[in-house]
Amino acid sequence: MTGRLVALTIGAIVLLTVPLWMPGIYYVNVTSQILFYAIFALGLDVLAGYAGLTSLGHAALFGIASYATGYILGLGAGHTVAIIGAMVIGLISTAIFAALSLRATGIGFIMITLALGEILWGLAYRWISMTGGDNGISLHGRPAPFGIALSDANAFYYATLLVFVVSLAAAYIFIHSPFGAALRGTRDQPRRMNALGYHVWMIRFWAFMFSGLLTSISGILFVYYNQFISPPTLALTSSAEVLLMVIAGGAGSLFGPIVGAALVVIVKSIVSGFIERWNFLLGAIFVAIIIFMPDGLVPGTQRLLRRWRSAAKTAKAAKTRSAS
Amino acid sequence: MAVRLSRRKLLAGASAIAGASAFPMPSIAQKAPFKLGLLTVKTGPLAQGGIQMEQGVLTFLKEKNYMMGGRKVDFVSADTGGNPAGTKTKAQELVERDKVDVILGPLAAFELYAINDYVIQHKTPVLSLAAADDLTQRKPNPYLLRASATSSQAMHPMGHYAATELKLKRVVTVVEDFAFGYEQMGGFQDAFEKDGGCVTKKLWPPLVTPDYTPYVAQISDCDGVCQGFAGSNPLRFMKAYASAGLKYPVVTGETGGDDALLKSFGDEALGLVSCCPYTLDLASDGNQRFVDGIRKDFDVIPGFYAAGLYVNCQVVDAALKATNGDASDKTKFMAALKAVSLTDTPRGPVKFDHLGNVVGTFYVRRIVKEGAKYGLKLWNKTIKTYENVSQFWTWPEKEYLAHPVYSRDYPALRKC
Repeated sequence: MTGRLVALTIGAIVLLTVPLWMPGIYYVNVTSQILFYAIFALGLDVLAGYAGLTSLGHAALFGIASYATGYILGLGAGHTVAIIGAMVIGLISTAIFAALSLRATGIGFIMITLALGEILWGLAYRWISMTGGDNGISLHGRPAPFGIALSDANAFYYATLLVFVVSLAAAYIFIHSPFGAALRGTRDQPRRMNALGYHVWMIRFWAFMFSGLLTSISGILFVYYNQFISPPTLALTSSAEVLLMVIAGGAGSLFGPIVGAALVVIVKSIVSGFIERWNFLLGAIFVAIIIFMPDGLVPGTQRLLRRWRSAAKTAKAAKTRSAS
Repeated sequence: MAVRLSRRKLLAGASAIAGASAFPMPSIAQKAPFKLGLLTVKTGPLAQGGIQMEQGVLTFLKEKNYMMGGRKVDFVSADTGGNPAGTKTKAQELVERDKVDVILGPLAAFELYAINDYVIQHKTPVLSLAAADDLTQRKPNPYLLRASATSSQAMHPMGHYAATELKLKRVVTVVEDFAFGYEQMGGFQDAFEKDGGCVTKKLWPPLVTPDYTPYVAQISDCDGVCQGFAGSNPLRFMKAYASAGLKYPVVTGETGGDDALLKSFGDEALGLVSCCPYTLDLASDGNQRFVDGIRKDFDVIPGFYAAGLYVNCQVVDAALKATNGDASDKTKFMAALKAVSLTDTPRGPVKFDHLGNVVGTFYVRRIVKEGAKYGLKLWNKTIKTYENVSQFWTWPEKEYLAHPVYSRDYPALRKC
């Protein structure tokens, strides 16, 4: 446990000092991207990892929150109204998503979320009066809470970091609560949970809502970061990308999605500057992860460490035995 | 900052050194290199045009030994992946990390929209191919310069030609269901109906349509067809059109009959009339130099994308010459860019209006077999040139800007 504490402290210090040691504003911006994508991946992980419900339509929920922010700001409202409004709209959409898709599990669930995602992508594309169609919605400026202008890259980074830490803590509490245990129960033994008197559907519904909450939060950060939103954000490829983040990092672990988000964002925005076939590289990395660490990078590494430690312990024990 | 050494940069550096030693240098060449950034698409469905864009830039740089306006050029190319968020990240990379003086590209309108506010905020001149009408019309970006064309700019002369020379009366339009398509067909309809023609039906197949047969089947009650497909879609549309046995003449804009497609078209495309700001057929020194260069360096037949970026480089070069190699004051440099007027580009004379859009020559071509060069079987033969075409066609600017931007529903179909 102390090892984990040390790792967390180091992680916290590294994240807190990012603007000091990163070689330029650009890299601070990339780190901001990693953080809000990590929140998004965390949101999907709650559903895909802990509830065993793999969604292929999460980019639509992400996009709804983004579009809602842009649209409400476009009506002339302030940032507070826009953010709260976007959260409410995001949660209502999540509830509708959940109500429709939780009628099934497994492949059925995947297909329903996929279809819902595609419908919303189509809407974003074609409901031009609302979404601007292909040309999207532009946001003019970022909020300035307490007089700190978030248009500054470092300020935006710290704001994102704050939201990230709160989201991570919330996810930790959620997962480690009795409700989280029940959720894992519905994943592994839905029938037994039902027989024990748990309302499996309701547990899944609230997990979906929590997932939608994190997704909406990251959607709002995304739109403030890019100050632009257009239909490709809602497309199937975006949903698949965030699912890959979760799977690559390790579904059903808290830190897996963060590692996965970092991996994808770094390859997409930094490595792509060096390697023309970066899509291929990303694909190769995923294949390698699936072959060597099928449960994802974080659980895979933990397993390796454990094995290495126990091997060291056995070796030590064997040594003392032979010495005596 | 991390040392970033790519093959291309190494090449750029090496040839710049070679160039510097081979030529007597004016004192200005001692300055720091001029940083030229390119946003293009090298992966995904838009990659074909995107790669041609990069080849256009490299052809120019090789021709000039990586010198522009007396300064050595540092060229940085970034792959946006063809999505808006990727474009934003890559624009940040170019502006914040590589500190480029000018951005060439991006390719698609939605990419340009994604970085529009950002480049205004950072006052970075952008020379884009993206055709979104409003960015030089109703929502002008003061840092945008477009040496290619707006979406509707080539379609205006096409509409005029179809009505007055081809004598078409009733035309069905068919184009992909997205903004570039709406603006193209809006432009065609507006100019065509102004000269007495009539658009009877507008078909909008989705961007990814596996088979155009259902759309081709709806083409009837007309004497001509206007298609505005982009990428490789014109190839598949023309095949479906010919195999349905339709014989109405087909007209199109800059993407539908692009010279880069000539090698892939078959006999089904014979007779296709297109209007384009660039034509491979143009017999001028500037064009010959460009075509020879790109064929030697990359062994490709250039089209509108490659030529567009080559012209953009010429514009940057001319502006740098005008400011004696000084691009540090972005506002002044932008003014110098807008004031550029060139006569010998691959697309003919180029100048800009006060909104930053090109006023230039547009070529109406017909696909024929005779006179094909460079090992091609088909050739876009120029049959008419329209000179000094502005984005407003023949309408006064005020009157033109008073109507809304072309869309699916504007101009509306009328009974005729």
